[in-house]
Order: sequence, then structure tokens, then C-alpha cells
Amino acid sequence: MFESLQEGLGSALRALRGRGKLTESNMREGLRAVQTALLEADVSFPAAREFMARVSEQAVGERVLKALNPTQQLVGIVHQELINLMGPVDHSLRLKPPLSILMLCGLQGSGKTTTCGKLGRMLVQRGKKPMLVAADLQRPAAITQLEVLGERLGIPVYAEHGASDPVAVCRKAVDEARRSGAEVVILDTAGRLHVDEQLMQQLSTIERRVQPDQVYFVVDSMTGQDAVNSAKAFNEALELDGVILTKLDGDARGGAALSVKAVTGVPIKFIGTGEHLDSLEEFHPDRMAGRILGMGDILSLVEQAHEKFDQEEAKLAEERLRKGEFTLDDFRKQLSQVKKLGPLNKVLGMLPGMGQMTEMMGNADAEGDFRRLGGIIDSMTPQERGNPKLIDQSRRRRIAAGAGVEPHEVNELVKQYDGMADLMKRMSKLGIRERMKAVQEFSRSAAANPGGRLVKQKQGTGKRLTPKEKAKLRRLREKEERRRRRQERNK
Amino acid sequence: MGLFDKIKQGLSKTRQLLNTDIRDLFRSEGRLVDQAFLDELFELLIKTDMGVKSAEETVEAVQSAFRGRVVQMAEVLEEVKKKLKALMAQPAEPIRHAASGPTVIVVCGVNGCGKTTSIAKLARLFTDQGKRVVLGAADTFRAAAVDQLTVWSQRLGVEIVTGQAGSDPASVAHRAVAHSQEIGADVCIIDTAGRLQTQYNLMQELSKIHRVIGKLIPQAPHEVVLVLDATTGQNGISQAQHFTEAVQCTGILLAKLDGTAKGGVVVAIRQSVGLPVKYVGVGEQADDLALFEPDPFVDALFDGAPPPR
Ligand SMILES: Nc1nc2c(ncn2[C@@H]2O[C@H](COP(=O)(O)OP(=O)(O)OP(=O)(O)O)[C@@H](O)[C@H]2O)c(=O)[nH]1
Ligand SMILES: Nc1nc2c(ncn2[C@@H]2O[C@H](COP(=O)(O)OP(=O)(O)OP(=O)(O)O)[C@@H](O)[C@H]2O)c(=O)[nH]1
Ligand SMILES: [Mg+2]
Ligand SMILES: [Mg+2]
Repeated sequence: MFESLQEGLGSALRALRGRGKLTESNMREGLRAVQTALLEADVSFPAAREFMARVSEQAVGERVLKALNPTQQLVGIVHQELINLMGPVDHSLRLKPPLSILMLCGLQGSGKTTTCGKLGRMLVQRGKKPMLVAADLQRPAAITQLEVLGERLGIPVYAEHGASDPVAVCRKAVDEARRSGAEVVILDTAGRLHVDEQLMQQLSTIERRVQPDQVYFVVDSMTGQDAVNSAKAFNEALELDGVILTKLDGDARGGAALSVKAVTGVPIKFIGTGEHLDSLEEFHPDRMAGRILGMGDILSLVEQAHEKFDQEEAKLAEERLRKGEFTLDDFRKQLSQVKKLGPLNKVLGMLPGMGQMTEMMGNADAEGDFRRLGGIIDSMTPQERGNPKLIDQSRRRRIAAGAGVEPHEVNELVKQYDGMADLMKRMSKLGIRERMKAVQEFSRSAAANPGGRLVKQKQGTGKRLTPKEKAKLRRLREKEERRRRRQERNK
Repeated sequence: MGLFDKIKQGLSKTRQLLNTDIRDLFRSEGRLVDQAFLDELFELLIKTDMGVKSAEETVEAVQSAFRGRVVQMAEVLEEVKKKLKALMAQPAEPIRHAASGPTVIVVCGVNGCGKTTSIAKLARLFTDQGKRVVLGAADTFRAAAVDQLTVWSQRLGVEIVTGQAGSDPASVAHRAVAHSQEIGADVCIIDTAGRLQTQYNLMQELSKIHRVIGKLIPQAPHEVVLVLDATTGQNGISQAQHFTEAVQCTGILLAKLDGTAKGGVVVAIRQSVGLPVKYVGVGEQADDLALFEPDPFVDALFDGAPPPR
């Protein structure tokens, strides 16, 4: 998410940082690089220009040039302005009893129907009774799509197959919701172009007749310069209350977030980070800005960990750690805990400065590694898990056969466990800030030493890396390592 | 302003005068190609979504050709367009049909870009040419994806091969191609689930579809069409790169060009990945498809109006 913008800005600011003292002219050069990063990230031209104007004004001022650490100052300014542009936050759905109506709208294929399902799921989790309404009577099988989602979630769907007037469907749905005691109605409207006057008119009619409490614009994070045009038109036709940014799970730079916020002024409420119905997260401009600048999205990660980690289990593991009793069994449990957080590259992407790391891991099939590690541990006897030192050559062979891996992979796992146990032991004595540093260190040494990272590349399904690909990955890792060292020196 | 700066400024004016083209002396109107002019041009280019790199290169070319001259923006744009038209030119034959047996077309792209609808449009195009078409519903993942393609097959009166929800997409593709061979169909079009190009496992799944089809017909798939949403910004480059790496795309179908988005990222894609655009989608109906024509496309990049149908 936002990785590339993060990289772009990161390198621009690094270029500045490398020079130590700032002058007005190399400041301009750096600012130019920032602008390029923004445009490459699909921030709309006017929004980028406005942003640059605000930043430059402050950046070329005396205060920055004469500051003890001018680059830090500039980073601070860029960071703060990004937050200002994307904030303030408001995640509230502003529900009011007995019935609230939410309406989703947007261009074709932006993710409205899927987001209806995600919002429905979120409401159920919050103890509310939602109802989905199939108001897209245009797209083939749109109604069925919503019905399938409703069924999966156990949420009622109001639909009239064969109906032709979405306004009537919405009105009847609201009546039905009142009758059945639903608390939140979510209208899934058909995708439409902002230049289609007739269909935009239809949206306003729905708004007038049904009077939704909240109208959300669902926008694809891969959108380019046109984001401002559509957002502006939808905002004029409907008076939007919020924006939902979808498909942020890819490598889209997501500059549309800045553009849409700049033209509509309404808060970005949520982000979509996957096709699955639990992939909806609250939008946080401060975290996002931090991410953009390479400071990582630690808070999101902590929040997710809190929701998904089994707290009891985690406490237990910590206890055992402190006593130095951390076994492979615990390691196994930790693995499945981490897996609950989501795809590994997504998790890594949230850690500071790890954007490039996930890029490098692109081919490495971390998921497969995880599964294989789990498989190996599962093939051990309880004694072996409790005391890996027991594992001799013959045991190693047996375990490998059981897990369908090579014997040396068992070895590597044990080695890795040793490293991990050691790390854990050290971490249990540290505060949160030092912990983050320790993890970074660990991953840095891992990046420099791929063999010792995860179990070797050997994949049942995927293709094996060619020597050329391996060399490329190695070069990337080395480059990354050099960059880190350089950065370290310049701190 | 210091004295030195003043002298410098004066000198640069002289330089501009010296650079003035003899042709410009006879002009009644026009603008000097200075930094403001170049900035304005840069903005026009960026707004097409062609990307910073292409835009900067274009601005540099204009700068060295026109710097200090008095010109009209329209005149400069004409030059720019000429270059872009040459870049975007391509062979006339949009789809290479198999010499014998069914022509197999795999359609791929990111989520919601317009694959399924574009397949309906292609099917209509081929049936209009009197060809027999079979559709393969290999998106077994998204809710009601099969139903969506089934509705289109019924509307168009073409056959469809489907599988259970959640079943292996490659097996559906395999059966669709086998069925096309059996009944002697002319074209078999495979719909695939939307996937983001960074999802390694899903890209592997796509290559598997590719491989499985190739086992039935060695040359197949004959075409791999990447559907690109015209509203897409710079991420389109990453899409073209990754999809091409995984399944050797043969061309782009640029969907949703009926809005205000210009789709200029295909210029950057043409430069970096080399993929040509074959068709454009201009609406939600089956006949809203047109052959890609570089000239009107490039012209439309620079006007406020949507591209002509
Ligand atoms: N990767 C990813 N895919 C998403 C996300 N949100 C939606 N999608 C996918 O995007 C595609 C389009 O989603 P839909 O919900 O059908 O979009 P829509 O806006 O309802 O489309 P129309 O009704 O045709 O306008 C589907 O393949 C979804 O699975 C997301 O956050 N991440
Ligand atoms: N205006 C316009 N809308 C289009 C065009 N092509 C497709 N659409 C619409 O875009 C939305 C998504 O189209 P689909 O064909 O379902 O997209 P897809 O790529 O198959 O989506 P997934 O299978 O979910 O990834 C639908 O509402 C289509 O009607 C086009 O050329 N112009
Ligand atoms: Mg929909
Ligand atoms: Mg589809």
C-alpha cells in the first residue's frame, strides 16, 4: 500500500539527506523530486501543485535553512502536509436509531458491491442488523452477486429480480427494513460514468426519495488523473459524506487518495485491502503519511495484531520466553498467529522501511515457506519439539520424509528456531521501541543472508528461480543493505 | 535583485532575441516558448496519464526544437501528436486467427477492469463475422462471475462452458478448449478472475491456465488480451509488465474509454513494455467495441471532449 510513493519520496528525501547542509538550490531540486514522486503516484496535477506550493513556502524559509537539521525539518514539513491534505479522519458511520441508510456510488467496477458486503460484515461484528439492497439493475448478475455475498455473511438482501426502476426498489427496501427491524440499510447502486447525465440524475433521484444518511463514493486506488473529474462530479450530484478507497492491496501508489480528498473535501473513511469480505480497514492519514515517508504503518499492525492474535496465547508465550522455555511448539503457534495477520508481504509492508523488502520477496513465496515450516514441525514428535537437540541424522530423515521436504531443510528450521528463540529472549526484556529496532535488525541481517532467512527456495507448486533470477534478487538485497548502511551513517 | 542578476537577465533576453526564428517575425500572435509555456505543456501531458517520464521527454524535445521561438500551443501539440501517433501505430490485423482449429483467446486483467464485459463484446464481434464462439467461464472465484458470463452467453446466443464455484480455473479452461475442438468452434474465449499483478500465487494460477491450454493446442492461447481500465494511472505500467511476464500478453483492450479518462498510460506501456492496444471499449453493451485507431486516440488525449466513438 502506498509503497511506491513511499519509495519515490524516500529516495528524493534521501538524496537531500545525503548532502548534509541544505542550500536553497538543492532544496528546490529535492522539492522537484518530491513533486515527481507525487505525480508518479497519480496525485492529480492540481493537487500536486497545491501541495508543492504549501511545502515550498515553508521549506525555503529561513527557519528550515538555518535549522540544526534542515533535512529532518523538511521531512517533517512534507509529512505534516500530507497528513493535512488527507485528514482529518472520521470513521464514524453516523448511525442513528432506529434506521440508518448508507448509499454507495461510484464508477463501474470500483468495488461497490464487494464493499457493501464488507460494510455489512463490519456492522454485524459491531452487533448491528444490516440489510443489503440490490439497486444495480443494469449489470448482468449484479443482483445475484449481492445475494451470494449476503448468503455468505448471513445478512438479508432485498432484491427484486426483473425490476427496472432502482428508485422504486430502494424505497420498497427501506419499507421492508423498517418492517423487519433492520438497523442499517446499505444500497448497492449500479456503476456509472460521471458524464452520463441520465444515470447521474437517477442517483440524485434516489437520494431525494430515499434520503440516505450517508453517501459514500467508492473509488479504485489505481485511478489516475481522472480521479478528480469523477469525484468532483459525484460530489456535485450527491453531496458525498465519505470516500472508500479500494484495491490498496496491490502496488498502486494510491495518489488518488490525495486527489479525491483535495476536490471533495470529505473524509476518506475506509480502505479496501483485498477481495475477501474482511479486508476493510479504517483509513488513517497520519499512518498513511508515515508510511509514505518510510516510517511504516506500525500502528495498523499493532491494531490488527491486537484483534487477531490470541492474547492469552501470546501472554503464555511471553511467559515461557522469559523463563527460557520457548520450544518449537511455541514457535509453531507463533507461526500460525502471524499467519492470521494476513498475507506475509502485507504484514511486512506495514513495517518501517520494509517496502522494498516485500518487493524482493515477491517471488519467494513466503506463504509456501510458512506452510512448509509448519509441516516440518508437525512431523516431529512431542519430545523433539520440546528439545530440538534430540534431532539426529536418522530423526532428521524421518521428519523430512513426513513433511515432504529435504533433510537439510529440517536442519535450517532448527537453526532458525535457535535464532528466533534468541531474539525472543532478548526482546522479552525490551520496551516496545527497542523491540521494533530489534526486529528491524533481525530482518536486516535476514535480508543480507537469504539462506538463513526462511527455508530454502524449494517449491512444490511454484516454479523454481533460475540462477539469473536468484542473482537479481541477491543484487536487490545487497543494494538494499547498502542503502540501509548509508542511511544509518547519515542519521 | 543584484546588479549581476540584472546583467544576466538582460543577456538572456538578447539570447532569446537571437534565437528568434525568422518565421516568427511575421507572426501576428503566438507565445514565446519559455519556462511558463513548457510548464503548461507538461501539465497537459501529465493530465493524459502518460506519466512523468514520457511527459518530461516530450517537453525536452519541444524545448530543444522550439526554445525561444514564438509559437501557438496548438502548433506544438500537433508536433507532439505526430510523434505519439507514430509510436502508437500498429499492424492492421487485430487478432491472429489460428490457421486451423479454434482460435483460443485468454482474457486477463486486474479486478473490475472490464474483462467479462469485454469478452461479451469480442464474442459479438466474432459472431457478427459468422464465426462460432465458445466462452469458458474460468472465473470460479468471484461471487456470481459465472452467472454474469452466462447471462451474456444467453444474450449473444453463444455456448458457454462452466465449472463449480471454487473449482480449478485451469480445468474449466481445459474443458472449454476441448469442447471448442469437439464441436469445431472457430473461437474460444476464456474469462479469468480479476487479480492484482502483485499476487504471486494468482499469477501462477494464470500461467497454469496458459500451460493447460497449450497441452491441447500447442500454439494456444493464440491471443492473450490484457484488459486495462482507461481510468488507470501509472499502475497500468506495472500491470502490463507483470501480466506479460506471467502469460505473454499479445495486446491490450482499453476498456471504459467512454468516460473522461484519456487512457494515456498506454503510451508509457507502449514505450516500456511494447504492448500494442488492439481494441477500445466504449460502453457497457456488447456492441460498444471499436478497433483501436492511433490517430483519433492521440487527438483525444488533448481535448476536453471524450474520444469519438
Ligand atoms: N484486490 C482487491 N479487489 C477488490 C477490492 N474490492 C473489490 N475488489 C474486486 O474488484 C472487482 C469489482 O468489484 P465489484 O464489487 O463487483 O465492483 P462494483 O463497483 O460493484 O462494480 P459494478 O457494479 O460493475 O460497477 C471484483 O473482482 C472484486 O472482487 C479490494 O479492496 N482489493
Ligand atoms: N462505461 C463502461 N463501462 C464498462 C466498460 N467495460 C466494462 N464496463 C463496466 O465495468 C464494470 C466491470 O466490468 P466487468 O466486465 O464485470 O469487469 P471484470 O474485469 O470482469 O471484473 P472482475 O471479474 O470482477 O475482475 C461493469 O459494470 C461493466 O458494465 C466500458 O467500456 N465502458
Ligand atoms: Mg456492483
Ligand atoms: Mg469478470
